[in-house]
Amino acid sequence: MSTFDDPFDAVRSLQAGCVCGQHRSAAEHEQAPLALRCEPVESEEKRYEGVVASAVMRAMFPQDLARRAFLKSVGASTALAALSQFFPLKTATELFAQTGAPEKKDLKVGFIPITCATPIIMAAPMGFYAKHGLNVEVVKTAGWAVIRDKTINKEYDAAHMLAPMPIAISLGLGANAIPFAVPAIENINGQGIVLAAKHKEKRDPKDWKGMKFAIPFDYSMHNYLLRYYLAEHGLDPDTDVQLRSVPPPEMVANLRADNIDGFLAPDNICQRAIYDGVGFMHLLSKEIWDGHPCCSFAASREFITTAPNSFAALTRAIVDATAYASKAENRKQIAEAIAPANYINAPVTVLEQVLTGTYADGLGGVKTDAKRVDFDPFPWQSFAVWMLTQMKRWGQIKGDVDYKAVAEQVYLATDTKKLMTEMGLSPPASAYKSFAVMGKTFDPAKPEDYVASFKIRKSS
Amino acid sequence: MTSSLRLRAGLVSIVLLAAFLGIWHLATRSTAPVTTMSPEYARLMGLTATQGKSAMPGPLDVGAKLWEHLRRPFYDNGPNDKGLGIQLAYSIARVGTGYLLAVLVAIPLGFLIGMSPLLSKALDPFIQVLKPISPLAWMPLALYTIKDSSISAIFVIFICSIWPMLLNTVFGVASVRKEWINVARTLEVGTLRRAFTVILPAAAPTILTGMRISIGIAWLVIVAAEMLVGGTGIGYFVWNEWNNLSITNVIIAILLIGIVGMLLDQILARFTRMVTFPE
Repeated sequence: MSTFDDPFDAVRSLQAGCVCGQHRSAAEHEQAPLALRCEPVESEEKRYEGVVASAVMRAMFPQDLARRAFLKSVGASTALAALSQFFPLKTATELFAQTGAPEKKDLKVGFIPITCATPIIMAAPMGFYAKHGLNVEVVKTAGWAVIRDKTINKEYDAAHMLAPMPIAISLGLGANAIPFAVPAIENINGQGIVLAAKHKEKRDPKDWKGMKFAIPFDYSMHNYLLRYYLAEHGLDPDTDVQLRSVPPPEMVANLRADNIDGFLAPDNICQRAIYDGVGFMHLLSKEIWDGHPCCSFAASREFITTAPNSFAALTRAIVDATAYASKAENRKQIAEAIAPANYINAPVTVLEQVLTGTYADGLGGVKTDAKRVDFDPFPWQSFAVWMLTQMKRWGQIKGDVDYKAVAEQVYLATDTKKLMTEMGLSPPASAYKSFAVMGKTFDPAKPEDYVASFKIRKSS
Repeated sequence: MTSSLRLRAGLVSIVLLAAFLGIWHLATRSTAPVTTMSPEYARLMGLTATQGKSAMPGPLDVGAKLWEHLRRPFYDNGPNDKGLGIQLAYSIARVGTGYLLAVLVAIPLGFLIGMSPLLSKALDPFIQVLKPISPLAWMPLALYTIKDSSISAIFVIFICSIWPMLLNTVFGVASVRKEWINVARTLEVGTLRRAFTVILPAAAPTILTGMRISIGIAWLVIVAAEMLVGGTGIGYFVWNEWNNLSITNVIIAILLIGIVGMLLDQILARFTRMVTFPE
């Protein structure tokens, strides 16, 4: 059974039955859907109470059989009352919930005003930081290079970064090598390819030769996904089209001015182009790779070691907010919370369309896709391995790469897993999973073969 | 005669303004054909797409928005959303700090260089190379080495506004009429006294002109610097509203930047008039 089930349930086994501890047997675990579910228990205290009571019961009755006999004979409520008699369950629970006091309470977290940053932003107005004992100021930042420099300079304690950025910073690509870590992914999906309205007839990427596309940053999932998409359609992104690094807010203006033909950009920018009648949605990034990561929550190793409790509280707040954002029924409320000028600064309608997944496609139709953007905090290390393969594929990294070592150093799957378990969420058992990008399966165990399998890539 | 000229100039100014606003108003009227779309779809789209509203706001939109800002210039909705008054105050404070630092360095240094023809010749190439560098080019270097964005912004103002002052001081000091210096020499005036009583008053108009050019440059630089480092200031306001594609607010910011720049310039123009002397 999981740490969070009722320890006073006589039929339950207290010994873990499967690898993840969520299911009673390995067979049941296999059958369960592979998706990660982030469904918090009714309240924090309830969750912690369960964890503590479980531990106490386990200590008193190391053998399941004896515990079951005891519970059957006296009943669960009597057992709880009896247990509380001689063991201060309440105090123990409180102690457990008060994980070490944060070393630093007033923190600054930088963000870029796009919907990918939803958990980071909403945690401020909706009180997730405060709930975990932190006073966080979320600071809007002008661009990815600036957010990188300000985080390296320690003006920000942690920041919203594109998922490949912490890897690039740790490896010293485009910056001095400074070890960074990712405790949580912000969002999955939620990007799109938008083309200028005049290209309505040019829906086949094979006709895109010579076009100009904007991407937000070189070390971005947007860059890798667009390159992947173009290459799968036989275009070499380095020679057949022009890719430009353009800050997201400037993309719509550039599209209107006819400086670019389209972009693969983060959302609210895509929807904004449609809202203003400048472009149309060609493809959601979800259709390239369903469940791809986009942005991450990152901090330097130095911050993690000097203020481990602050970092843990921060991660807990982010994971909590992400879990809240992953629920469809909360999305409207979130859209309203993050729309004001202090946060994203965009029309509520645009944010609502992005977050609820019912959107105008720019061609006169209304589409619905509840998973257009989704939120899932778990930092899969296989995501990091995939990004490294693309960095290698497009010549951003030269020479040999120890994929696994880098992924494990930057993506803190183990720590987040522990934290999520403490919070009563159910993280997956392994940090590696296989997935398919445009129908082609990626095996995280064989990254070199994967890179070699692409016909179109930069010759090194 | 002069009063009637001033009156006529004022009239022409008003006519020009009215013509400009009128053309602006006409040019931004919604003229684009409105395509028919389902109401459900239209609800999800912006006014530009549904009503053919021009992406460029008209003067009336800007006026209404400006009134809204002027009514509450000092509101504070958190770290990323403050009133225009607060933003302008931040910008002026930054410009003031960077500019004063530049004055403190440029004028004494310019004096020294100006009094020595050798130094003035030797340093000239360096000054000429450093002078035309754009603030945005300094910014990454400053951020990287100073490791603090607000100090970086001040540094960039400092480094960009120092050159005109330095050059003008050097020029002003070097071109004090030889006769005056020779007279001072024959009267056996000490070097220090000579510098303060003869050279300084003689060079003051040129120095002040340099300072006036510099304040203009400092004000130009602050907008660019704040757009890059963000956080506070009028430059950040422009960037934040651009982010929201709110051209109305950007136009308001442009107007305010112009007005503040003009005021700063006028203050120094007044100082210049105070030290000017007839020959």
